[in-house]
Amino acid sequence: MAKRVGIEVSIAIAEAVKLAQAEVVAAYPITPQTHIVEHLSELVADGELDAEFIPVESEHAALSTCCGSVAAGARTYTATSSQGLMLMSEVLYVASGMRLPIVMTVANRALSAPISIWNDHQDIMTQRDCGWIQTFAENGQEAVDLTLHAFRVAEDRKVSLPMIVNIDGFTLSHVIEPIELPDQADVDRYLPPFKPKYKLDPKKPISMGPVGIPEVYTEARMAHDQAIKNAKRWIIKAWDEFEEVFGRRYNPVEEYRTEDAEIVLVTMGSISETAMTAVDKMRDEGKKVGLLKIRLWRPFPGPEFRKAAKGAKVLAVVDRTLAPGASSGPVGEELRTVFYKVPGAPKIFNFIAGLGGRDVTVERFEEMVDKAASYAKKRPKELYEVIGVREK
Amino acid sequence: MIPELEKFKGFSAKRLPKEEGLASGHRGCQGCGEVLALRMVMKALGKDVIVCSATGCMEIITSPYPQSAWNVPWIHVAFENAAAVASGVESALKVLRRKGKLPKKHIDVVAVGGDGATGDIGLQWISGAFERGHDMVYVCLDNEAYMNTGVQRSGCTPYGAMTTTSPPGKKSIGQVTWKKNIPQIMVAHNIPYVATASPAYYLDLMNKIKKAAMVNGPAYVHIYSPCPTGWGSRGEKSVEYARLAVETKVFPLYEVIEGKYIVSRKITKPKPVSEYLKGQRRFRHLTEENIAYIQKRVDEEYEKILRLAELT
Repeated sequence: MAKRVGIEVSIAIAEAVKLAQAEVVAAYPITPQTHIVEHLSELVADGELDAEFIPVESEHAALSTCCGSVAAGARTYTATSSQGLMLMSEVLYVASGMRLPIVMTVANRALSAPISIWNDHQDIMTQRDCGWIQTFAENGQEAVDLTLHAFRVAEDRKVSLPMIVNIDGFTLSHVIEPIELPDQADVDRYLPPFKPKYKLDPKKPISMGPVGIPEVYTEARMAHDQAIKNAKRWIIKAWDEFEEVFGRRYNPVEEYRTEDAEIVLVTMGSISETAMTAVDKMRDEGKKVGLLKIRLWRPFPGPEFRKAAKGAKVLAVVDRTLAPGASSGPVGEELRTVFYKVPGAPKIFNFIAGLGGRDVTVERFEEMVDKAASYAKKRPKELYEVIGVREK
Repeated sequence: MIPELEKFKGFSAKRLPKEEGLASGHRGCQGCGEVLALRMVMKALGKDVIVCSATGCMEIITSPYPQSAWNVPWIHVAFENAAAVASGVESALKVLRRKGKLPKKHIDVVAVGGDGATGDIGLQWISGAFERGHDMVYVCLDNEAYMNTGVQRSGCTPYGAMTTTSPPGKKSIGQVTWKKNIPQIMVAHNIPYVATASPAYYLDLMNKIKKAAMVNGPAYVHIYSPCPTGWGSRGEKSVEYARLAVETKVFPLYEVIEGKYIVSRKITKPKPVSEYLKGQRRFRHLTEENIAYIQKRVDEEYEKILRLAELT
């Protein structure tokens, strides 16, 4: 029987990687990702996980090493955050372009300057277009489940793409939660051994990572785009199978009290839990407010989102990223595109909140809903607004 | 002596391996000394090998999709990280073998990079891989500048050389710094095997690659690689320049086995460096005074190697 234990989310993620029987883990320490890789190194040192733990000299080397190990046929995992993700950036694009199914946890954290170790989504949003499948976890249980799901999807020969599971730094990574750790037998049933279609093998030599001359480059990029779009089907199927084995259900877009909702908040990651509390409070007060939580960020589930938002008059979209000089935040922009010229589309307002560890409280969600309601009547000058700015 | 090398048997000119890890028909320049050296490296390594290439001349000339000159498994990820990619490959082979998912048979893991990929942009990745002790061979094919991007200076460009970013002018003689000593940096990592080699001494080169592959742990071979395009030398002279660099003591051939220096070819009657410098457009602006300085410094550097050989 799977046991429910009180456990730090980072430790639980490491346990999930152990349950997935990762064979190579290459990582470089960065706050707030450290507890994940520390625990993995312990599991390897204690012989509980038969893997090579490679304590590399930088995040760039971490992901480069992962490219080598997965290309040679080993199940491969890494984790990073913030500046580390930025340092990896070059290799992120190479890994996905080469269709190397690496699984990575990103403990989301703000970017310098000023330097901040606290949580927001600015790190991952710089890598929005890196071509990896990306999901967001809302709590510790989801972090564990999405980690197992990531191995299942990434390594599927029909997908063969790397995958990032985003977890909010500190807010998730460093809290102790009651989490059900699955049984090994169930995980083995869910996750078959890694058997890549192509690998580095002297018996069957192939060349990986060749030069893309102008005659082939466009097609290669297009094939990548098609691959990640086609992957959505297998991502959802792997969630169907997850429910069959483990009894928990996941969807690309999660709905919360959206029935007859006129104003719908849109969130990603751990603030969704506070948003649910805020929605409950506003519902108690008779306000027709609901919540949509984006779980699958790349490929973006446009049709699923439109379906989930059906009937909503206003969307209050929360971005945890400030894109200086842009028209709005990345999630706001995405949804404006998804609803562009769609008949009966809701009005979309974009709020930037929770930067560099600032809490997004129930009151802040109420403020966003109120503002969105008033902006629906009178259009604001700007397409986005920063919420929770100190007056003094 | 390292136990792995006890069974070492050198190659002979009469019985060179017929196998070619690297096929002809690639897009190297005429007279390329680098691809010549790489061919010898691959011949010495045989079939059971996985090659991790850094971005650079050797990567682009061998892999314009849908063509490939590689008869062995080959991977290219980026410019600076071939040693990290090789770390990953080596670790994967280790764990898969341990778990019974791969046969026990040994596969050599080799990283290949130019002087820029090795001594400048990629130094940290190699340092990390060597410090961790991965069983790999790192081969640096040193053509003394960024040739792939159009002959810009690197840390390995020799003193006085003209490149597109070290042009000689009224206030400069060209490259103003002395060539960075990469093999010595590798020796400082206390790895079991470091060597320098030249395609003009092909048996010596192949034997060193074979030894590098035989030792357990990291091994490094630094190969002098004439580049007619970048040096402004004649294509048919590449092997000659490779030999002259050794005979003039500009590029000493040696091995460092577990910290012990062994000079491969002691130059007792050296030719003057001017013989090596002449005929290369990159050096033609140098004055007699410049050449005298280079001669003095070359002699001193060579002397250091001899002294290290005595000391160790």
